[in-house]
Amino acid sequence: MRTVDLSQTSLRKLNAALHRLKPTTNETHWRVLNPRGRHAIAVGVDAPITVEIDGHVGYYCAGMNKEATIVVNGNAGQGVAENMMSGRVHVKGDASQAAGATGCGGLLVVEGNASARCGISMKGIDIVVKGSVGHLSAFMAQAGNLVVLGDAGEALGDSIYEARLFVRGSVGSLGADCIEKPIEDHHKAELARLLEAAGINGTVDPGSFRRYGSARKLYHFHFDNVGSY
Amino acid sequence: MCGIVGLFLKDRALEPELGALLARMLGTLCDRGPDSAGFAVYGAAVPGSIKLTIRGPLTHDYAGVVHRLQAGGPALSYAVRDTHLILTVPAERETAVRRDIAAMPELTVVGSGRRMEIFKEVGRPDRVAERFGLDTMAGTHAVGHTRMATESAVTTDGAHPFSTGADQCLVHNGSLSNHNALRRELIRKGLSFQTENDTEVAAGYMSWRMQQGDSLEQTLNSSLGALDGFYTFVVGTESGFGVLRDPIACKPAVMAETDRWVAFGTEYRALVDLPGIDAAHVWEPVPAKAYLWERH
Repeated sequence: MRTVDLSQTSLRKLNAALHRLKPTTNETHWRVLNPRGRHAIAVGVDAPITVEIDGHVGYYCAGMNKEATIVVNGNAGQGVAENMMSGRVHVKGDASQAAGATGCGGLLVVEGNASARCGISMKGIDIVVKGSVGHLSAFMAQAGNLVVLGDAGEALGDSIYEARLFVRGSVGSLGADCIEKPIEDHHKAELARLLEAAGINGTVDPGSFRRYGSARKLYHFHFDNVGSY
Repeated sequence: MCGIVGLFLKDRALEPELGALLARMLGTLCDRGPDSAGFAVYGAAVPGSIKLTIRGPLTHDYAGVVHRLQAGGPALSYAVRDTHLILTVPAERETAVRRDIAAMPELTVVGSGRRMEIFKEVGRPDRVAERFGLDTMAGTHAVGHTRMATESAVTTDGAHPFSTGADQCLVHNGSLSNHNALRRELIRKGLSFQTENDTEVAAGYMSWRMQQGDSLEQTLNSSLGALDGFYTFVVGTESGFGVLRDPIACKPAVMAETDRWVAFGTEYRALVDLPGIDAAHVWEPVPAKAYLWERH
């Protein structure tokens, strides 16, 4: 295991070392000490490794992640796992705004709460938040799944495309063109898979969630609206 | 951008270190607001007296100013910190002293109160803090600001904190969109403003609410309806410390609390040197919710 202490080594050196790793690297387990809220820690990793960060991180941690498993033993600032392509990002504490924003793939797990705009413009990422999410979560969400075990704030799924939203608690309000939809067996199977991937084994019933998605009236052209153009 | 820091002490043993702790917090946020900085520190009160914080040119002869203000009467105690003069005035002489200061156009009263002292200048925040000797200041709570100007010019007058009432100060990250209309309304109610700055209007609004008898909590809650725009505010009063974010939570904010202190930072980075931070409860304040701490 490689240990990098950010009170001794610069963040730039750490990220450069992570970027140099080949897919076949033997250095598959990294531990980062003293993050002290620094921004852009372990951004752009593209190798099947595990990076464990001991402490709170600043903005954009694990952004653009590909292949790697990145664990934050603390809270994450804005834009954690922003534009993630694949791999897994696990925040053991809370995440700030725009967690998983524009993510194209992979799994983001937040043990605590995620604040506003979680999953904004998500494009295929799966996000499981064990606490609650703030307002405007899944704004313009295009693809992927957002699973919230707690509550969602106001304007959930505003201007949503084809992402699927599952919320177990209350929803402050639904955003424009976001509606509740029936939860069918194949949704429950998908939910069970996501919950298991997030480390929740059988303790949460997939049937206890409600599903939300697009009414498809906003992004599809309707002839009835022709006079508006 | 802009950066805000705030520190409210619960443990009296930390009071001598208040300024040193705040200076480190402020210095970390230099890159969020490199053009100017300011801070307000709630120190010890002198019974029966008011502290006036007065700003003048760098080379000002403050000993001469104090001599003139004494006008042959009893001596006034004072301290000079760089461009600022802290003058301790017996309450009954405040009106006369303020009148005499008004006759000296090179001087501005930037704040007053039983406990609050307020300092602000143009320049890199860490250097501003050093010029005023922030690290030597003691007190119970303090707020600070690093500014990247958007709504008005980079001047000392435009730097935060803004103080529009005794022992009241406010720092702001964001920009307000209805400040001109609200300023006109408040002027009609008898308030006066020294700048064209949007934040001064928010401070004025809150001072007006408290003048009307509202508590700090009521004031923060009514601000949610009265102020339109982006804001994270940290507010200080003689005994209170408050935080408010706009309902959309446009501007970042992090808080931390231990049994010894409560701290606010625009970014968590600003809090990392506080004693016991590793074991602190760290959270993001919820939008449109007033957070308050009060010393009893």
